[in-house]
Amino acid sequence: MHDAPSAKELIEAVKAFIDKTAAPQLTGHAAFHARVASNALATVLRELEIRPAAEAEEKARLEALLGSTGDSANALNAQLCDAIRTGKMDLSTAGLLPHLKSTTIAQLSVDQPGYSGLRSAAR
Amino acid sequence: MGNGIEIEKPLTAWGIDHFGAGSRVEGLKRLSGGASQETWAFDVAAPDGTHALILRRAPGGVAAARSSEAVSLATEAALLGATSKAGVRVPEVLHVSAPGTALGESFVMRRVAGETLGRKILRDDEFATARTRLTRDCGEALAGIHAIPAAGLVDLPRSLGEDQITKYEAIYRGFGMPRPVLELAFAWLKANAPTPAAPVLVHGDFRLGNLIVDENGLAAVLDWELAHIGDPREDIAWVCVNSWRFGHSEKRVGGFGDLPEMLDAYAAAGGARFTPAEIDWWEILGSLKWGVMCMIMYSAYKTGADPSVERAAIGRRVSENEIDLINLFEGLGRHA
Repeated sequence: MHDAPSAKELIEAVKAFIDKTAAPQLTGHAAFHARVASNALATVLRELEIRPAAEAEEKARLEALLGSTGDSANALNAQLCDAIRTGKMDLSTAGLLPHLKSTTIAQLSVDQPGYSGLRSAAR
Repeated sequence: MGNGIEIEKPLTAWGIDHFGAGSRVEGLKRLSGGASQETWAFDVAAPDGTHALILRRAPGGVAAARSSEAVSLATEAALLGATSKAGVRVPEVLHVSAPGTALGESFVMRRVAGETLGRKILRDDEFATARTRLTRDCGEALAGIHAIPAAGLVDLPRSLGEDQITKYEAIYRGFGMPRPVLELAFAWLKANAPTPAAPVLVHGDFRLGNLIVDENGLAAVLDWELAHIGDPREDIAWVCVNSWRFGHSEKRVGGFGDLPEMLDAYAAAGGARFTPAEIDWWEILGSLKWGVMCMIMYSAYKTGADPSVERAAIGRRVSENEIDLINLFEGLGRHA
């Protein structure tokens, strides 16, 4: 399969169309939704860049934390949730909070990189 | 919906009845697209001058099945009356209409001048003085609200911390989208639940956005729809939740104040004496609740109930609450 234009280029082109052509002609609610749409595409662009490496790192940490390998990040996260829900892991579990913090920082770097709580977490 | 013609006539009739012959309704304008209630702004030009007013009304004048949590308009009006009598700054209610009347289920209150947008209140020069007073104002307002005898306020739901954990956990589990940080918050809250305080009248949504602020400080407390009987610390913590600090994280109270100052003002005005550490549990519950509420809004997109980009995108705000929860967990025990 070819990738010219790439997914990134296509999204950039649509985002530029919204920002430079469509949004300036809209008012009220439609203008607001155009801004939201443009922001959503910016999220996708960050996701394309950040997710592959961040998810691989998350998976490696989950495997270390849970002592299990071979499962997907999703399956490992479900196992982690079970361990927390049933009390096998809590705030005193070595490595749990640092793992959750690293994962959430990566997630926010995609979702809302300007969020104030992300700056607080970095301090 | 949104058509002012059907209400302009009964509103004019009420204006003449209330302010005297010759009174006219002017500038009738729908303010919010609130899902549960309509809010209209209008003026009445009366013989004694112009009155700036607000009409709160059930959609179409008929109370529909609304969120099980929201209190009725009649209860909201009664709460405004009771809190005003107790000295809390709220809009004065002038009239309550019953279902089936020309205006439909609704009430009229005075329109209080000032700003509700959090970002403006925290940033603009005209609120510089207000910002120095707001922390104390909020402590005093909350002490006033919490001192209102709850026994006289029928029709209010009761919801303590434990009830809210049960409710939001059921919603979260229903989505089948496991998120370890939220999971940790539910487990920690259950394992560390505080002794319940004596139940009081709780506003339920006391935060920037629902407070009118003028250049002198707090001018009015709005949005009483989520009022209930509950734990006073819920209100104190909700105004502290980082989502309502609008980027000014360093100031725990709403992005404008320090918690010890608000707790001092609260106690000086007759409220119970709480410590900042006691508020942590409730702020963690608050951030967790808002995270689940963002999931609820996203689920409206997922199920097709509301196919807007906005509903889809709000699902990418849950991580904001997750970092707030992690920051709160890291800060536990660090209070002076």
